[in-house]
Amino acid sequence: MEFSFTAEQDQFRESVARFMTDKSPSSDVRKLMETDDGFDPNVWRQLCGELGLTGIHIPETYGGAGFGPVELGIAMEEQGRALLCAPYLSSSVMAGYALLTSASEEQKRAWLPAIADGSQIATLAISEDLGLWRANDICLTAKPNKDAYTLAGRKRFVLDGCVADMLFVVARTEAGLSLFKVDTSAKGLRRTPLPAMDPTRKIAEIELAGTPAELVGQDGGFNLDATFDSVLVAFANELAGGAEAMLSSVVEYSKLRVQFGRPIGSFQAIKHRCADLMVEVELAKAAAYQAAQQLASGEEATELASLAKATASDAYLFAARECIQFHGGIGFTWENDTHLWFKRAKSSEVFLGTPQEHRERMLQAVGV
Amino acid sequence: MNQSVDSIRDEARSWLKENWDSSLSLIEWRTRLAESGWAAPDWPEDYYGRNLGPAEVAAINEEFAAAGAIGGAQSTGVRSLAAATLLEHGSDEQKRTFLRRILTGEDAWCQLFSEPGSGSDLAGATTRADRQGNEWVVNGQKVWNTSAHHADYGLLVARTDWDQPKHKGLTYFIIDMRQPGVEVRQLRQMNGHASFNEVFFTNASVLPDHMIGEEGEGWAVAVTTLAYERRGFARSRDIKIDKLWSGKIYDQYREEVAIANEPYTWYPQRAGRVDLVVQRAKETGAIEDPVIRQKIAKLLAMDKSAQWFAARLREDQKAGRAKGPEGSITKLAASNIARLASDVHTSITGTDAMLTGPESPQNGIIAEILVSVPAVSIAGGTDEIQKNIISERLLDMPKETRFDTGPFKDVRRN
Repeated sequence: MEFSFTAEQDQFRESVARFMTDKSPSSDVRKLMETDDGFDPNVWRQLCGELGLTGIHIPETYGGAGFGPVELGIAMEEQGRALLCAPYLSSSVMAGYALLTSASEEQKRAWLPAIADGSQIATLAISEDLGLWRANDICLTAKPNKDAYTLAGRKRFVLDGCVADMLFVVARTEAGLSLFKVDTSAKGLRRTPLPAMDPTRKIAEIELAGTPAELVGQDGGFNLDATFDSVLVAFANELAGGAEAMLSSVVEYSKLRVQFGRPIGSFQAIKHRCADLMVEVELAKAAAYQAAQQLASGEEATELASLAKATASDAYLFAARECIQFHGGIGFTWENDTHLWFKRAKSSEVFLGTPQEHRERMLQAVGV
Repeated sequence: MNQSVDSIRDEARSWLKENWDSSLSLIEWRTRLAESGWAAPDWPEDYYGRNLGPAEVAAINEEFAAAGAIGGAQSTGVRSLAAATLLEHGSDEQKRTFLRRILTGEDAWCQLFSEPGSGSDLAGATTRADRQGNEWVVNGQKVWNTSAHHADYGLLVARTDWDQPKHKGLTYFIIDMRQPGVEVRQLRQMNGHASFNEVFFTNASVLPDHMIGEEGEGWAVAVTTLAYERRGFARSRDIKIDKLWSGKIYDQYREEVAIANEPYTWYPQRAGRVDLVVQRAKETGAIEDPVIRQKIAKLLAMDKSAQWFAARLREDQKAGRAKGPEGSITKLAASNIARLASDVHTSITGTDAMLTGPESPQNGIIAEILVSVPAVSIAGGTDEIQKNIISERLLDMPKETRFDTGPFKDVRRN
């Protein structure tokens, strides 16, 4: 299939979706979002073991299942739909792709299997005080020190930065942008949780003060763009799943809710807005799916990665807003689940770059 | 009959070798085609065809193209709709009377469905046909009739029973357009083009054996025409003629195609011309404006996403896993894209957007975009109808409460 899914991919989606329905009901999301770690180790183990999701896109040589961006996209979409609380995006996707694009063969063999089987949680620290994500925005410096390096500076918005067992930090050397692994017990390392508007996604600040670090891959050899594109594609699929969950919620509620003697879903004012929303959600899915296909084909994916991120995060926020509005007063309460998705949509709008930044990146990728 | 694709291809090739003659007139050639079964190989053997499937027909079309041979006239204009409707619902006599002349191009057809008082609500037609003596007498008005001014016959839906609920009181007729009771007037659109007509009937007559299907069952017949129209609409405008071919028969053919395509010259502009946006922004320097860049990126992202959606839908349809009405999503997205494109063109063009005709950028194309885009969300089913379809048939939301289920004479109308 060039644009759609194979029967095997459909089956895979069904099994992931079943798992998410069972293991990530909103009652569990609510419990986990109040914890510091933000995930359930039991569910995490099942996700890694039974389903093998954590290594879905990692080659078999490094302990993964050897599938590609399309299957990862499916896994992400279903997690996004269910709002799964787990360090998946940080560890499997962000750290996983950083190593796949930039680590040496020996390092991949050393670290990827633990990410693939979920026994270790990893994360990737990119942005700093300004909260920006592009190569030129990275100031944190790494200085050579005998055989190793020391890092000094501060990273922010590090996903699951407090629970990670392996920290990968993007820093600048004289040779350029480089990736480093920092031991979580290294001296001068301080990890502090940041108060997150979206409590289902744990973020941290990481301070490094002369902290020893191991170079990953070549000095100056961190491929931020390739890593970023792969991560964005997976992320866009997660957002498309969240957006579709909001559409389903809107439709379901408007069939149940009765006012003026009839379900509000029988009013054309409501139906037409649902139809408009469906168009946005379907276009977001189409963009996310196509970006995954493009990445899987091995062709340049920057344009589609940024297009998909911008489209999907806009659609998600639109859907979440509509969902609150359609619920009326109850939609603004803590008790109603909509705000959980709304907050995920809102934080995802800016995480890894705003839709505006990605629209600009998308144009520049094709020389416009 | 189930011949293999290769053998039918060989047969077509050798038949063309013997018979294709560019010195014939277009009608002479097509008469030869119709009588031999090569004009419409997918039609039944009893009616000028060979009962072949799509793979065989594609192979035959390739052979025709390779030989530079012109095909039957049934794919140009409304003839394709007339043929499909006759083949499915026509009597034997009607098929014999009309189908051959559809293949030869001797008769041109038009469709007479929409009315000033019934657009989205097509089954609310009030043009009436009353039985008087041995004929039907037609009075009323139709609108949005492409090529009615060239037509010899019209596909007419008219009300024959006002005591029945609206869908049950309609009957489908073939009406002779060349008679005193039929007046065709061109309808000028807001973009200056006149692609459609209004048709007025004053005691126009329909012969009794020109009713298609049974009395009161016109809606079912109309559904066939509409389904075919939706499926095959693009085809009638997608005629490729090699520029190198010369001779009388090609001149006649080019003229026929030019007439058939004339109503559609502004259709690309109606879709917003997304393809021109980046080039235009570079020309005017608007490409440096970060606000316009955002709009352009948004437009391109929507347009591409809609194309990917449509491509996936086609694959899913082929694999039999589409629900059916998903095309309404594509249609609604196309309206959104066209509107945004029109806005982006305006931002890029600035004050020059006040101009029209050759003074307007791109020799008038930009002006034509701005005044043609409003059609896209109306033609072929309004956005509002698409939203009803999406919400009721894709999202399973409750249907509208109806006020038009009783006898049609009691239904409120325009």
